[in-house]
Amino acid sequence: MSIGIKIKKGLDLNIAGSLPEGSAGAAPCATATVALVPDDFIGLIPKMELREGDSVKAGQPLFHSKLDERLKIVSPASGTVKAVVRGERRKILRVVVEVTDGPAETFDVKNVFKNRESARALLLASGQWAMMRQRPYDIVPAADAVFRDIFVTGFDSAPLAWYRTEFSADEIADMEAAVKLLALLTDGKVYVTRREGMKLPELKGAETVDVAGPHPASNAGTAIAAVKPVNKGETVGCLDLPTLVRIGRLLRTGTLDCTTTVAVTGSEVKEPCLISTLIGAEIAPLLKGNLKEDGRHKRIISGNVLTGTAVAEDAYLRLPYRQITVIPEGDDVDEFMGWASLSPSKQSTSPSFPGHFLSKKLFSPDARLLGGRRAMIMSGQYDKVFPMDILPEYLIKAIIARDIDRMEQLGIYEVAPEDFALAEYVDTSKLELQKIVREGLDYLRKELS
Amino acid sequence: MKALKKLMDKARPAFEPGGKLHAFRSVYDGMDTFLFTPRETSRSGVHIHDSMDSKRTMIIVILALIPCFIFGMYNTGYQHWLAAGATEFPFWEMTLYGFLAVLPTLVVAYAVGLGIEFVVAQWRKEEIQEGFLVTGILIPMICPVETPLWMIAVATAFSVIFVKEVFGGTGYNIFNVALVTRAFLFFAYPAQMSGDKVFVASGQMLGLGDKVDGLTCATPLGQIATSGATNAAELTSALTTATGEPLSLWQMFLGLIPGSFGETSTLFILVGAVILLLTGIASWRIILSVFAGGAVMALIANCFATPTYPASFLSVGQQLCLGGFAFAAVFMAPDPVTSCRTNTGKYIYGFLVGVVAIIIRTYNNGYPEGAMLSVLLMNALAPLIDYCVVEANIRRRLARTKTSAE
Repeated sequence: MSIGIKIKKGLDLNIAGSLPEGSAGAAPCATATVALVPDDFIGLIPKMELREGDSVKAGQPLFHSKLDERLKIVSPASGTVKAVVRGERRKILRVVVEVTDGPAETFDVKNVFKNRESARALLLASGQWAMMRQRPYDIVPAADAVFRDIFVTGFDSAPLAWYRTEFSADEIADMEAAVKLLALLTDGKVYVTRREGMKLPELKGAETVDVAGPHPASNAGTAIAAVKPVNKGETVGCLDLPTLVRIGRLLRTGTLDCTTTVAVTGSEVKEPCLISTLIGAEIAPLLKGNLKEDGRHKRIISGNVLTGTAVAEDAYLRLPYRQITVIPEGDDVDEFMGWASLSPSKQSTSPSFPGHFLSKKLFSPDARLLGGRRAMIMSGQYDKVFPMDILPEYLIKAIIARDIDRMEQLGIYEVAPEDFALAEYVDTSKLELQKIVREGLDYLRKELS
Repeated sequence: MKALKKLMDKARPAFEPGGKLHAFRSVYDGMDTFLFTPRETSRSGVHIHDSMDSKRTMIIVILALIPCFIFGMYNTGYQHWLAAGATEFPFWEMTLYGFLAVLPTLVVAYAVGLGIEFVVAQWRKEEIQEGFLVTGILIPMICPVETPLWMIAVATAFSVIFVKEVFGGTGYNIFNVALVTRAFLFFAYPAQMSGDKVFVASGQMLGLGDKVDGLTCATPLGQIATSGATNAAELTSALTTATGEPLSLWQMFLGLIPGSFGETSTLFILVGAVILLLTGIASWRIILSVFAGGAVMALIANCFATPTYPASFLSVGQQLCLGGFAFAAVFMAPDPVTSCRTNTGKYIYGFLVGVVAIIIRTYNNGYPEGAMLSVLLMNALAPLIDYCVVEANIRRRLARTKTSAE
């Protein structure tokens, strides 16, 4: 029996540059180098295991957590470590690996189903533990974490995002093996979310959660809040379906398959498409010849428009390695009295814009704030796109005030920055909510550790 | 528009630190962001933003106020003509007369308020905020048309500085700025702010109107307070126009009665309400519950009507149409900054605004204008209501933690 959840509060943004309906086949794209960014693994302080020039096998650790060296981040490809780029105070900005053909690291997967520790050891060593996130704090879980439950997010409802809807019998068997492994890590259940239209059967050993409704339906936080909210002192693990498949394949073959399917989307992309490449691949080859030559400044986002990271064209794919969105930057536009505009091409949740009523229209928003930053003026705006039993305005205020008791009382342990992405989008005061929440979570973790 | 943009860009260096006009940076910024959407793009978090911003929000509120404002112009002229004993009522002349009567107040309110906003923005090195755009038009609309200009100036300055800026500016104030302006006038200069002289414009404006000084007509609520009526019939006969004709409920609804400039016409206030609700700016929860609270209290007062309090003989319809009740319900109570922020709180807050407004108006003959005091009182209580709603959320979470720990 699956659990059914219907999300009412939320927002689906109609943005131009979506993949053609029913896209499934991904064109392969080779990459000369791959890079991992330690900042993507939030909460993890990296310590290098290899030096520049060392050769590395796919699946071999590049760096590990300073706090627990069992927690590894592994190379997505075989080759040589080309560069360890450091910034201020020698902080590691990224580790670049030059890709060459070579054997992959093999993992011993025979006795991993024995007990919790054997399962944990495999995930830690293969770098898949670092692909997980935990509630509270939305960080990489500690190496010795025991989860109350584990949530696998099976789809992605973010703007222009793509997710798999068809699965082969082999893949389903892989996923079931992975679920079996994950079940060892928790005293509770492994939940897998899915949405209508996905041909994903109920996986053996997992509880399936059918989520309906607008974004943020796919967020782990949304599902957790609806199924069983996180309480103080509890830790819940989260991962996405591609990671589950990857773990399953690892269990079958003993090697790590670091290919990923990336959706190249956005209004500045000529032909949105799916590309199969490696985790941490270079972005330039993925976009080659596919950007519109309209002379506009472009913003390349690794990820979706709500939670992604803005990157340079010569940069690398960032976690969660699933999507690239290219939109106009907008800093080259002079809009006369934009606040008074009645143009139907302006996207808004406010009925004062004609565009609000064009439910089928695809908009091409740029990256401008479209207004000045203000104090929190309007009330109830965040609530409309925030599907949890949390009072977002009050939580944000408690975070800004650095009031730990209040944050706890108002449910800080249940949220991740991504849960506030839509609230940040609709906010007329243009507050940086995700940044505020991230800083609040980091502050809380530091104060309570 | 390119030429204008070039001009603004050319003028920019003079306003930047070190420039000749750097003391007016906030004024330049205000103009620049008013004319052109800022080019600033997002640096963290979401990469796209909703087109709605606080400028548009405030302008929509002003748009919603315009029907009331235009009607106020007409009514001011109409009341003047009526009190002067005219038999013909020329539409355009009356409207122009009303416009000229209110113009000085409007100019003074904006000049004083925006002046202070610009100075504070400059001093704090912040962007100029739009909050006063609405306050500035509200002030002339809720004050009697004959209020001396210096009083408007003093009251505006007082409330902008002590009610808004000392708390941190737009978004941080506890009390509604426009209403405090009105309350300040009411308590500081009671002699000039009540009675039967201030609500009708007298004197000529650019040759329009009659040259009669000291035209008098009390507002209906003022008439009730002094009527000494002992039953509903006496009360109805006490309610008259400037010429002594009895007032019908329809007239009260239309708003062709003496009163503060913008708040007499329930009809046009409802037009404003429709604009605010369709655009989603004002909370329907608050507006609806203010009217509900007012209706319930008016019904109760009417059921237990007593000659001690003549206003208790008013019907529900009369209570809701008279005075500043409807205006407060639509334009004052839903102010997002000073009202409740939680949805449950909004119902409670709105309902109590309505109830308290009718209580003050009915059972305190000294303050015929209960709506203003009621909103201010509830502004003070709004955080408490929200506190209770937030506590309920906290308790739910706490209870959940306990059950899961067991």
